[in-house]
Amino acid sequence: MENIRKRILKDRLFTLIVIVLSFTACIPLLAILGFIIKNGISSINLDFFIHLPKPVGEHGGGISNAIIGTFIVVGIAFVIATPLSLLAGIYLAENKKNFFSDVLRVGIDILASIPSIVIGIIAYLWVVKPMKSFSALSGGIALAIIMLPVVIKSTEETLSMVPDSLREASLALGVPYFRTILKVIVPAGLSGIITGILIAISRIAGETAPLLFTAFGNPFMNLNVTKPVNTIPLVVFNYSTSPYEQWHKIAWAAALVLIAIVFVFNFLARIISKKWKTKF
Amino acid sequence: MENEVLKISNFSAGFGQSAILRNINFSVFQNRVTAIMGPSGCGKTTMIRCINRMHELSPAAYYSGEILLHGQNIFSMDPIIVRRRIGMVFQRPNPFPTMSIYDNVISGFILNGIKLKKEQKDQIVVNSLRKVGLWEEVKDGIYRRGTFLSGGQQQRLCIARALAMDPDVILLDEPTSSLDPKSTLMIEQLLEELKQTTTIVIVTHNTAQAARIADYVAFLYLGELIEFGPAKKIFTAPENKKTEEYLTGKFS
Repeated sequence: MENIRKRILKDRLFTLIVIVLSFTACIPLLAILGFIIKNGISSINLDFFIHLPKPVGEHGGGISNAIIGTFIVVGIAFVIATPLSLLAGIYLAENKKNFFSDVLRVGIDILASIPSIVIGIIAYLWVVKPMKSFSALSGGIALAIIMLPVVIKSTEETLSMVPDSLREASLALGVPYFRTILKVIVPAGLSGIITGILIAISRIAGETAPLLFTAFGNPFMNLNVTKPVNTIPLVVFNYSTSPYEQWHKIAWAAALVLIAIVFVFNFLARIISKKWKTKF
Repeated sequence: MENEVLKISNFSAGFGQSAILRNINFSVFQNRVTAIMGPSGCGKTTMIRCINRMHELSPAAYYSGEILLHGQNIFSMDPIIVRRRIGMVFQRPNPFPTMSIYDNVISGFILNGIKLKKEQKDQIVVNSLRKVGLWEEVKDGIYRRGTFLSGGQQQRLCIARALAMDPDVILLDEPTSSLDPKSTLMIEQLLEELKQTTTIVIVTHNTAQAARIADYVAFLYLGELIEFGPAKKIFTAPENKKTEEYLTGKFS
């Protein structure tokens, strides 16, 4: 009896340790969130979302241009990266073992590990210099390069999970290969693909380094993709490194907005992956 | 005289270095159930997958010889046409998970981009589901996902999907191996009715099943056709000693 009691006690103790440690891992997240909300919430009001930044010394003003700019740059990245990533992901899922797909896989892993600031420099050399202007387009291209490997990987993984029996069911009905992929394989993995895209978007929405010498930043509203554009991460960077107390507040508030946007995308991704999941 | 639908002659197939089938010769007759029977690994599944050219989709697959469908060599036809004329049902039920029961039945048309009128669709769906005895069970939930059905119902849905294309031949690859005895019985009865209108080739490792439903039996062993003939003759007076040993359970 004594022995069993000891075992039960040990078991409980271990469970307790595991729970405590896993909560410890969440402390940084909660601390960051709490700190940003505490510092940022006071500057957030309707004006913050619909007004342009004001010069130092004047009170009020907002970051409407940066919010719009973020969506423009991320939108450009999405439009460029999604079709390429889907095609590459489909190719990799369909060709598990051949020379070219192995090379492609290694290439994607390397691309994923290139620091984002290096990608920013490349975009500067390839796009900004020839166009002779910082631009939303160059920022979007830089972010698209960061987005590519993320979406390719998630697409490949999702499509690899689609059972072969479905492919066979379709082919046995006399459906050509490309139609089988488009109408059977991709729809079966659609929720996973969309989830991957949303996660990638929430990842690039917060990128700052590659935008420093591409999108560059702009105190005014700009909807022209060939001209410099402001984004929320750039606001955080520029305003928090300024010497003005009032700008620091705006930087905190911008950080809060950025985190909220990222959260929304993450949340959407979770919902879609749960609700739309295809049961095989 | 029986009407010959498929004629398999001097047929061999395999993967890379390993030969699975060697010099197979037999015929499949119209409105008859032909069972391909034999122990595991004898090449039954490979044989049936060659008949609608699914075998060649596997990496390193090869084949030689002829399979004639109404006198025409299927290897000189477009594989897509071959597969539309020779339907297939697999070991495990595999309805399309993203489609409703209704869409699953006409998936052969949908996926091939063949446009049908609403009345035509309704007619094909009702007829096909009636043929497999599923209509009464699912008519109230025809727009629900096919994956909500039980295993036996799913398998009958897959048979309905193959029937909807109005094929010359239906191939069934151990269609009851993942089902319970009741669903198995149902499918066997169904095949009995279906042979009035179609020609059926069924792979089975279950001799009792072959005895219950087959009109003709092809007995494969280690990639060779040991014996082919009317079921009655194979089961009562087999010519080959190997067949007799297999049927009496000396090996399996």
